[in-house]
Amino acid sequence: MVTLTAPETSTMNAEATRPAVSADSFSVDLAGSPVRELNQALHNAVDGQSWTVANPEGKHSLAVGINTDVTVTINGHAGYYAAGMHQKGDVTINGNAGVGLAENIMSGRVHVKGDASQSAAATGHGGLVVIDGNASARCGISMKGVDIVVGGNIGHMSAFMAQAGRLVVCGDAGEALGDSIYEARIYVKGTVASLGADCIEKPLKDEHLAELGELLAAAGRTDNPADFRRYGSARNLYHFSVHNSTSY
Amino acid sequence: MTITSLPAPAQAPAQDIDALGLRESATFDRATIADIQRAAATGVYDIRGWGAKRKVPHFDDLLFLGASMSRYPLEGYREKCDTDVVLGDRHASRPLHLQTPVTIAGMSFGALSANAKEALGRGASEVGTSTTTGDGGMTPEERGQSKHLVYQYLPSRYGMNPDDLRKADAIEIVLGQGAKPGGGGMLLGQKITERVAGMRTLPVGIDQRSASRHPDWTGPDDLEIKIGELREITDWKTPIYVKIGASRPYYDTALAVKAGADVVVVDGMQGGTAATQQVFIENVGIPTLAAIPQAVQALQELGVHRKVQLIVSGGIRTGADVAKAMALGADAVAIGTAALIALGDNDPRYAAEYAALGSAAGYYDDFQDGRDPAGITTQDPELSSRLDPVEGGRRLANYLRVLTMEAQTIARACGKSHLHNLEPEDLVALTIEASAMARVPLAGTSWIPGAQ
Repeated sequence: MVTLTAPETSTMNAEATRPAVSADSFSVDLAGSPVRELNQALHNAVDGQSWTVANPEGKHSLAVGINTDVTVTINGHAGYYAAGMHQKGDVTINGNAGVGLAENIMSGRVHVKGDASQSAAATGHGGLVVIDGNASARCGISMKGVDIVVGGNIGHMSAFMAQAGRLVVCGDAGEALGDSIYEARIYVKGTVASLGADCIEKPLKDEHLAELGELLAAAGRTDNPADFRRYGSARNLYHFSVHNSTSY
Repeated sequence: MTITSLPAPAQAPAQDIDALGLRESATFDRATIADIQRAAATGVYDIRGWGAKRKVPHFDDLLFLGASMSRYPLEGYREKCDTDVVLGDRHASRPLHLQTPVTIAGMSFGALSANAKEALGRGASEVGTSTTTGDGGMTPEERGQSKHLVYQYLPSRYGMNPDDLRKADAIEIVLGQGAKPGGGGMLLGQKITERVAGMRTLPVGIDQRSASRHPDWTGPDDLEIKIGELREITDWKTPIYVKIGASRPYYDTALAVKAGADVVVVDGMQGGTAATQQVFIENVGIPTLAAIPQAVQALQELGVHRKVQLIVSGGIRTGADVAKAMALGADAVAIGTAALIALGDNDPRYAAEYAALGSAAGYYDDFQDGRDPAGITTQDPELSSRLDPVEGGRRLANYLRVLTMEAQTIARACGKSHLHNLEPEDLVALTIEASAMARVPLAGTSWIPGAQ
């Protein structure tokens, strides 16, 4: 049973699936209630509500499929697929996040104050994912329009087959960055261990400085856009050709 | 395959090959010679549609015993023989209840025209069965015309979004496909129109290659967590299938069950594809016949046979095939290639156009080219307008009814009041290979090669 705590009362026995108070604040302690009830309550939430989650203890699938304009704060570490398929509102994780953070995010914002594991923002179609710490391998894999800002480093095979969106890395990138990339744009401030197939460095023009500045500001960062390099697709592998057989 | 890229053959004088006493090599037959010549001329491997064309042990190699002194048959036209099936009641609060166990397999908008997808939805809905999206997302036409729509969750995640996920009647997590276990999808530039590209977030006209691995999970332990996430997003309402290409179906089925699947879909090597390398189609995976008993064994050992439903696909053509798959332990089957043929694929009335493409009715498999005369595997507006979705839907519904009635005919002859009551004991095999694979005795003997 989710314990819903409205500000003016210490404990309410409201039904988990139907919060009695709208446009208000609620807290859920996962030490005493299952993830299922948290997610059901969030799916039944209404715009403007604010939810705080205590004792997440690395549980999986926290705050997935949110489709209302709510603010969710998770105080602790989250497991796999935190804020998966996020559609609306803000989710903040005051801790680290496991595999598949905000996978397939459509819009809205997800912010991790710590590090994120593999496949952060995988296949995301839109919205903004901010990781203050490091992200592991396959960050932004198959991204389809999401914007990702990583304060630290990212692991190997990041932005693999990235189709659209922007990936900003304020630290270093691991091996095979942007392998088989389509139209996504990558900005890296530090070093790149190696570029993947068909990924090349591209000139950083005014339009790129401008969009990079906006992304950094949206992520609450003060890095100088001019310190970054831009990477993207050489578009040489867009069509099958016998001459490319040694490129893969 | 097409041979249009080769120089036109010189006009040969008419001659009687047999009278000359010429001998064709079994190793280097004419198709093999043409493959080598094509490879030498173009420098690329052959990409084509359809499934394995090689002959493999199949349902044709099994026979039903029928009723006899010790078994009562049911009256063919009077006594009830039910065909309905419930899929996904293990964990989902809204399982599917289909009127026939013959479902339509996943085929993408992109690979198929919008009219073809609509026709599949219409035909399936008319007889109360399900149709399935593919590697390109859910179209409004398809959702609108499909009473029961299964939404595929693929490695590429093209067009994947939570709104469509919640609209789906079931979710099918695709690990593999019988035509190419271990391979990702492929859609060549000719078919990447503006609409297809938009749905997949890709540039128009490029050769699109889908990922072969899921981007955010690896292995059965991760899959269990992934299934948990999809259940959480859909509030545990929607059945979750796991589809595997038949390679190690015993282990894959057991692991899918362990990961929490409601339904396991096993696709044998005869299962079709829209575009894959021929070498892949013909040389990777195992026949449908060999896959079913392995999957059923895994379900039985875990005590979940009939609780986790098994859908079998790959080479289902007749009601006899449906009945044989079900007798071996499947709860339902899926058809893809056969459904396209019912819509008009490889129809002899397009013989001249197939010839112009370097093929012939009955042989055409260049689905990747997007020039399908029948208007099914194309995005060309003129060609796709040849397929009337209402008429196509009617033809598919007719075919689905025939498959169902044929299966009922056999089930009644075996004395079964429901297709699910068919059992391996109703079957014998015609060949040693089929006997060993299907694990039913060679006809006239009690011998099953390999049985303990």
